[in-house]
Amino acid sequence: MKTKLSFRRKAVNAVMLSITGIFTMLAVGLLFFILGYLFVQGGFSLNWNFFTKLPAPVGESGGGMANALLGSAKVLLLATCIGVPIGFLAGIYLAEYAPPAFASTVRFVTDLLNGVPSIVVGIFAYAIIVQGIRVGFSTLAGGVALGVMMIPIALRSTEEFLMAVPGSLREGAMALGATKSRTIATVVVPAAIRGLISGMMLNLARVAGETAPLLFTALGNQFWSPGWRQPTATLPAMIYEYAKAPYEDWHRQAWAAGFVLLTLVLLVNITARSIVARGFAHKSR
Amino acid sequence: MATATFPRARPARRASVFRRMFSADSLARAGVFLCATAILALTALLLWELWRNSALARARFGFNFLTSSNWDPVAGDFGALPYIFGTVVTSAVGLALAIPFGVGAAIFLAELAPAKLSDAMTFLIELLAAVPSVIFGLIGIFVLVPLLNRVVPGLKEAFGFLPIFSGPFYGVSLLSAGVVLSVMVAPYIISVSREVLLAVPRDMREAALALGATRWETTWHVVVPYARRGIMGSVFLALARALGETMAVTMVVGNTPQIAKSLLAPGYSIAAVIANEFAEATTDLHRSSLTELGLVLFGLTIVLNAAARLLILATGKRAGQ
Repeated sequence: MKTKLSFRRKAVNAVMLSITGIFTMLAVGLLFFILGYLFVQGGFSLNWNFFTKLPAPVGESGGGMANALLGSAKVLLLATCIGVPIGFLAGIYLAEYAPPAFASTVRFVTDLLNGVPSIVVGIFAYAIIVQGIRVGFSTLAGGVALGVMMIPIALRSTEEFLMAVPGSLREGAMALGATKSRTIATVVVPAAIRGLISGMMLNLARVAGETAPLLFTALGNQFWSPGWRQPTATLPAMIYEYAKAPYEDWHRQAWAAGFVLLTLVLLVNITARSIVARGFAHKSR
Repeated sequence: MATATFPRARPARRASVFRRMFSADSLARAGVFLCATAILALTALLLWELWRNSALARARFGFNFLTSSNWDPVAGDFGALPYIFGTVVTSAVGLALAIPFGVGAAIFLAELAPAKLSDAMTFLIELLAAVPSVIFGLIGIFVLVPLLNRVVPGLKEAFGFLPIFSGPFYGVSLLSAGVVLSVMVAPYIISVSREVLLAVPRDMREAALALGATRWETTWHVVVPYARRGIMGSVFLALARALGETMAVTMVVGNTPQIAKSLLAPGYSIAAVIANEFAEATTDLHRSSLTELGLVLFGLTIVLNAAARLLILATGKRAGQ
């Protein structure tokens, strides 16, 4: 009886533990499957035209997505110019100045803002830019939508990395007579710079793949989009449009675009994470 | 040292009030303070814009908006029920698949795997979370849907007597959307649950093992219950994300506003209908109704996120004691 019970417990132990292992393998395997599939489908669909040509008119094959690449770059540039400074400065306030109660309020609201679905942020950008200041569907509206999405993560990562800077550095600078702002600008921020840069890179990579808020802010465009007040094509929105379309050649283009987008996003992710890993391992087990 | 002769510092001038108010230091302080306040203002503005722009729909339909299932832009009649239904069902299917998967993998990574392997695998799983949703949609359309088309007939043969597996299957369906969502939210459950499990004090494990429990019994009866609030928190975060997920869902759900009892039938979701109709909405009422859907989504995710943060916070505090 005793050995039987013990056997049953051992069996449950072995079975359950292997199941958890299998689940983990499946999750990791899925990543490699997605990567591999995109690599094969997209890699073969990719050619030089993709980077240099405008989309071909409906019914013609060939063409590329040069305008979408430029459009995405412009939207992301604008988003970075909006989201990073606000988030970064607010993060400094939270880490260096804020009284605890106010800091935790801002932190909580920031987390909520971070949880707002991207499509709702799109409606917001539509309301204030497209309709509110009557710019219409434009690069500007798309940039604002993604910029709003960048603020919460910019703030939280800035705060996290500044908090990790030892207090003795601040005390040292202040003992030498530096004002608080000078201490932050010349001692604290440089000490955390690796973390800050990698945080911003991860942030950018996250919004780079956002599609939903762009559908009705940047809208889309088959041609080049000069300036900031015209509708513009963006890479993720093009993937969506081309994947939905009933044409074989457009599917091929969608795979190629997906390949380019995923490669960029993952490269930025891996680079950013390795920058932090080389800097300081504050998240050790 | 007190007698050492340093060059005399400039005699301290009493800074005028003006200079003190506008010194670089206090300007910097005011600047960063403004940015922090701007975030509060921005969130309030976001809520206000959603509220203001949905006024028309709220005035016209009132509470019926949430209970009516008629959505007719031409006649100007809007009811959100099929979208709310689709959002809830796809998210529920997604979570039902992702929770065992995610928690299982988190247990493996936190309790069993050697630290180095665990870190490497967590890194890969977090990369999975970084894959843009439109790419999941692409994989969904061209890989998952054909795959399900082959798997589902067998599923129907085995479970066809259940109403949720009845009816014809065209590939795009609530089930397909749920499966895609499960893959998308699982990394969140895994990485947050793993952190929470790692925060469980070592003594708890040692005590259980010393009493003769197996590794699994220790994990399941001691470690997991200790961390259950944090795990719940990770599930709420995943749910909030699933509810708001747009691209991957709209690409595989079928975009048919109906309330079907079968998971194999096509459906629609709140986020998907906003994505598909917002740019083309011609009447104010249509746009206002879509904005109200956005408001509903906003409300749902805010509540879930707040609950999740509080739960994770609660576990953290307990582990810290």
